[in-house]
Amino acid sequence: MKLLSYFRGEAFQRGVHPPANKLTAGTKIRRLPFPPRVIVPLSQHIGKVPRPIVKLGQEVVRGEPIARTDDWLSVPHHAPLTGVVEFIGLRPGVRGSWVESIVIRAHPGATQEDLWGQARDLTDAGSSDILQMIWDTGMVGLGGAAFPTHAKLTVPKQAKVHTLVVNGCECEPYLTCDHRVMIEQADDLVQGIRYGMRATGAGRAIVGIEDNKRDARDAVEAAIKRAGNVSEGEIYAEMVPTKYPQGSEKMLLMALFGIEIPAGQLPVSLGMVVNNVGTLAALGKLLPAGRGLTERVVTITGPGVAKPGDYIVPLGTPLRFVLDYAGAPDVDAKQIILGGPMMGQAAASLDVPITKGMSGVLVMRADDMALQADRKTYPCIKCAECVESCPMGLNPSTLGMLAAKREYDRMGAEYYLGECFECGCCSYVCPSNIPLVQQFRVAKQILREKAIAK
Amino acid sequence: MSIEIRSAPHIKAPRSVEQIMRHVVWSLLPVCAFYVFQYGLSALASLVVVTGSCLLTERWFTKTGTQSGDISDYSAVITGLLLALSLPPGFPLWMGAVAGFVAIALGKALFGGIGFNVFNPALVGRAFVQAAFPQAIASYTPSFLPGRFHEMIPSSMTLPLMQPADMMIWLKAKQLDALAGATPLAKWKFEGVLVGAEELLTSLSGHMAVGPSPLLILLCGAYLAFRRYMDWRIPAAVIGTAGLTAWLLFAFDSTHYPNPFFMLFSGGLILGAVYMATDMATSPVTPKGMWVYGALIGLLTVVIRYYSGLPEGVMYAILLANAATPLIEKVTQPTPFGKRAFSLFGRKKKKASYALHPGYISREDAGAVTPQKRFLSNKPKPPERES
Repeated sequence: MKLLSYFRGEAFQRGVHPPANKLTAGTKIRRLPFPPRVIVPLSQHIGKVPRPIVKLGQEVVRGEPIARTDDWLSVPHHAPLTGVVEFIGLRPGVRGSWVESIVIRAHPGATQEDLWGQARDLTDAGSSDILQMIWDTGMVGLGGAAFPTHAKLTVPKQAKVHTLVVNGCECEPYLTCDHRVMIEQADDLVQGIRYGMRATGAGRAIVGIEDNKRDARDAVEAAIKRAGNVSEGEIYAEMVPTKYPQGSEKMLLMALFGIEIPAGQLPVSLGMVVNNVGTLAALGKLLPAGRGLTERVVTITGPGVAKPGDYIVPLGTPLRFVLDYAGAPDVDAKQIILGGPMMGQAAASLDVPITKGMSGVLVMRADDMALQADRKTYPCIKCAECVESCPMGLNPSTLGMLAAKREYDRMGAEYYLGECFECGCCSYVCPSNIPLVQQFRVAKQILREKAIAK
Repeated sequence: MSIEIRSAPHIKAPRSVEQIMRHVVWSLLPVCAFYVFQYGLSALASLVVVTGSCLLTERWFTKTGTQSGDISDYSAVITGLLLALSLPPGFPLWMGAVAGFVAIALGKALFGGIGFNVFNPALVGRAFVQAAFPQAIASYTPSFLPGRFHEMIPSSMTLPLMQPADMMIWLKAKQLDALAGATPLAKWKFEGVLVGAEELLTSLSGHMAVGPSPLLILLCGAYLAFRRYMDWRIPAAVIGTAGLTAWLLFAFDSTHYPNPFFMLFSGGLILGAVYMATDMATSPVTPKGMWVYGALIGLLTVVIRYYSGLPEGVMYAILLANAATPLIEKVTQPTPFGKRAFSLFGRKKKKASYALHPGYISREDAGAVTPQKRFLSNKPKPPERES
């Protein structure tokens, strides 16, 4: 009902409303048992790949740094288990290729308590101290992009940040980890927001929450009241319309402030920094305890899972172990999606580990995929559904036809392909079942390679 | 066990090409039923023969050619029904079959099938028979004739490759008062007789030689637009522009020009605006382009009706606009997010929940150096670390 959106005052134009399917919104976060071994891929984010600082056969304690680098954009990794380094070498990665990983075998008798971290007092810590501590935790954006958090919170010299925007939209169907974190770890979240505000020098923080998660808004507001010494209007929660892709940085800022971030610029140039609720809640817990990131909340859900829920999963837990515990009989699984169904990646194997940027594991059975699998692909009938749904205001119809002819340069130069952030709305709505965003990914990759070759 | 690897998105909206086309066909059924109610057996035969001809042609080309699509996608049904609705009810059936064949063969298959056609196939078929059989396509019979459900209009049954016999004798036998043989538009154009707009709106009164009721078409179109199977912008632009142009001319010289409501509800304007101009493959995809395209059709229709030798102008107006579609698209590409001239200030007042913070420093104050994406080329100094 696009017409109604004009009257309701929707935040950004276009976008789609896929069925929410938030099966686990009412289930408490549970803890997954520790697996017998974990696989920590070294490359989990942009920047230089951290190098292992442990040796084969070395005993490690949970929370101990096991890989680090001096590159400012990269972050260290910490041992998710107390145990022995069993293997350092190639293991299957999420993308299907084998990647350098550290495998740790759990010590059978260990309590798996985090003994490495040391509680510390942060009352006098300045901005650079906090950024340094965030770097030490190995924190990356837990919303899915896995961009190192300290880099995101670092304000460039020329800019000044006035607002920290906390992204609690979670617009992807099925995923509920941010929702549950806001309800159950609201105090940690408020604490994390204050660290984020101190790191950036922001004077206020706004938590943007989609209006289908009113209980989360109430929980956050209650936590703000509980926290005390928060001055009026310093931190507050705000409802934004439920719509995919509301969780995209630019769309959220559009919803909150009604401004468009100019193309090619970051929100920080307008004095705003956006962070995910899961990231800040984890920071609120880890920073005072002086610990590293060794586990995260993952939504394990989908029609193929017997015990769907939000689980605290040690990083590096193999998918096979996770699915066994959550009750996903192998025979039924047809597709396993890491992340949400709109932007997530299909797992190539059950031996891949849970990584820092993985917000969900979605198991689809053959029956659930039948609708997509049997769909016939037609030529573009120019119904303009994609044009009406592209949140970036592009013309996917024309882009798709150019992609079919491999005219990648024209796509980039005349039709703003670079603005596409691959939200998948165009492919989702296309009645002709044309793989639009899939072609755009290829085109963008080719344009990137061409740019590098020049 | 085996798992599939696909690329995101992994879910899909239920709407498919077949579903869109099927809804258009459903919405056309009341219009067709009313048409049969008006003209009886001949109209039914015409609908069946023309649609059948379209489907056979489509089947033949999709099986022998390399083009995608099939008769199961219902697009040929829409072409056939629209073509039949735009022809006179007593149009010889063999000519109708030719029209259906040409519509699909020249209008669609030649361009590569569904989605690739440049012109609306139904109108290509109609334009062909208009040129080939000018006599037959101009001879309308009055609606609501007594006995229309028992006998065919004689011209319908003309033998293949023959011209139909003169209808006047048959109509004289019906004892009708000289209404026969011309549409309200032709009568206005050539005889200066004007029919009331409210009679045209329902098509129910008298024995007028008109097509299905514009009111009914508008209702069926509203259903499609409401379910978003059709874009409301195009009919709105066509009807709005045609009405506006006709009204301006009427205000300028009301003795010479008919009133705008006569313009809107006579002939095929409403059918064309709602069902033919909105053909997805031949209309622009850009929202702005849809307005331009619709306005062009509305304007051309009135111009052709007033200033050319033809009484009806909708068909050529739509075909001309179809030809202009790629150009219209080219100049009406949507502006991407963040590229609008006043992207920072344009919508702020209207929709913003919050004003920007008073401590906000404008880009100019900040020296206008903005960090690039991902800090790649403009990397800030890393914070100092021990170790």
